[in-house]
Amino acid sequence: MDEIKDALTKTSAATKKDRFGRAISMAALALILIVVISIFWFVASKGLATFFTNHVNLGDFLFGSKWAPGQLDAHGKPLAGAASMIVGSFLVTLLSAIIATPFAIGTAVFMTEISPKRGAKILQPVTELLVGIPSVVYGFIGLTIVVPTMRNLFGGSGFGILAGAMVLFVMILPTVTSMTVDTLKAVPRHYRESALALGATRWQMIYKVILRSATPGILTAIVFGMARAFGEALAVQMVVGNAALMPHNLTSPAATLTSVLTQGIGNTVMGSLENNALWSLALILLLMSLVFNLVIRAIGKKGAM
Amino acid sequence: MNAKKSDKLATIILFSIAGFVILILAALLGYILIQGIPHLSWHFLTSPAESFTAGGGIGIQLFNSFYLLVITMIISFPIALGAGIYLNEYANQKSKIIEVIRTMIEILSSLPSVVVGLFGFLLFVVQFKFGFSLLSGAIALTFFNLPLLTRSVEESLRTIPDLQREAGAALGLSRWETVGHIILPAALPSIVTGIVLSAGRVFGEAAALIYTAGQSAPVVNFNDWNPFDSTSPLNVMRPAETLAVHIWKINSEGIMPDAAAVSAGASAVLIIAVLLFNFAARSLSKLLYRRLTSSK
Repeated sequence: MDEIKDALTKTSAATKKDRFGRAISMAALALILIVVISIFWFVASKGLATFFTNHVNLGDFLFGSKWAPGQLDAHGKPLAGAASMIVGSFLVTLLSAIIATPFAIGTAVFMTEISPKRGAKILQPVTELLVGIPSVVYGFIGLTIVVPTMRNLFGGSGFGILAGAMVLFVMILPTVTSMTVDTLKAVPRHYRESALALGATRWQMIYKVILRSATPGILTAIVFGMARAFGEALAVQMVVGNAALMPHNLTSPAATLTSVLTQGIGNTVMGSLENNALWSLALILLLMSLVFNLVIRAIGKKGAM
Repeated sequence: MNAKKSDKLATIILFSIAGFVILILAALLGYILIQGIPHLSWHFLTSPAESFTAGGGIGIQLFNSFYLLVITMIISFPIALGAGIYLNEYANQKSKIIEVIRTMIEILSSLPSVVVGLFGFLLFVVQFKFGFSLLSGAIALTFFNLPLLTRSVEESLRTIPDLQREAGAALGLSRWETVGHIILPAALPSIVTGIVLSAGRVFGEAAALIYTAGQSAPVVNFNDWNPFDSTSPLNVMRPAETLAVHIWKINSEGIMPDAAAVSAGASAVLIIAVLLFNFAARSLSKLLYRRLTSSK
């Protein structure tokens, strides 16, 4: 009797296995969470040290345009004004998104509405492949093609915001295009049929029905591309010129948050003000990627009505 | 302008936009390959890089890239697999906590890779004193890779119909056994595709590696395969510049006379690798699908 009782009341081997599996898979998930939290914790603690340990004024940091964290200004305060890089980052991102958007939407519409066959045969694999091209390759191309072209067209060194935006434009184009294609494909077929049945031309159908109903998805794609452009480091760093000056035109050397970071962090001493100031730039990057994430979420919620 | 005319005009414009984009993309690929392929030779692919003179190769960088990829996958795949299984098989999809976790994974995947690299630098290179090493680089790449891989595992599992889970339960298998013996084998082809595609991305990643795996490629002795020797290629504690980092470095501070040629050749190798990963992903998943489902 006891054996049967045992078998009935004790946890079975299968249950034990299941618990084991649950615990292991949960531990893996927990590990990812720990990683995310610790990234935020470490970057924030380093980035905030500029303000709490070195007593840099947050306003001076965000709006000051003199970037020389090792030196002091007339009032004995460190010259840690990041405005030129912040402006540089936003300019590069916005410009590249503005250039990429019409091309991405046009190509996506072409692939889904005008010529789905050719789209599936030529454009689909090519965009998929281009999404995977490493950013340093884009940087190399920017350096050998875009920068000399800019130099010939506008004079100067050729390095600058415009060169950065051109490189990023090509870089985010495949990403934005393939995401837009996905949204357009998700527009139900009967929308198209009803529009055409009402006597709309193909363009009217595309413009008034398909693009309208796909707007949230397209916006998400654009913001996603912008997030990628904002955080991109090496390709931009190779062509932007890396002069931490307030950009006064689009073809003069400038700097972005990422370009200053990649260049500077190896040349400063851990814990020094210069180093902490760079970590503050990393913190800005981190917060901006959070903002992009929130924007994408907000768009998704609105679109889900 | 009437509707018919604007329809025609729009079609023409859309055609030219698509044509223009195809042109850009084709020119891009063509340029890299045409510039790079003439520099490819057995010597270029196998010999070590030169810092001051022409004629250097990318042998060590190429090896480092692949080796780093392998280590990264060894670290990140089990974690991503576990997390993906939990999210799809065990988690209560309506729970708030799971929603928060999903958000966090999404955030991790959208972090700029330079920030991930700096975090790796701070924690592993400096705090844990791993130094600039393959290990630091692999862990940084793991962070970069985990959200992508987890999502692809989860999505692969989700495409398996619930019927198969019910069948497992009907046979009296525990959930874990069902996952291990039924669901995972069925999802394997798409999981493999996910792995290979993410491998392509990891292979070309540079920003996360500059301050973790380092920017120097000390000469290694390819006859010494003891992973504990300092000159062994298998040693995970040695600094290891990868191909992508090498391209970045010679373009921003290279002083060898043939820097342009080396970076053109190395870029072509990177592109070809990405191409190969793409093809491999497709053919592998087809092959596995046929093997595992005995369908033709």
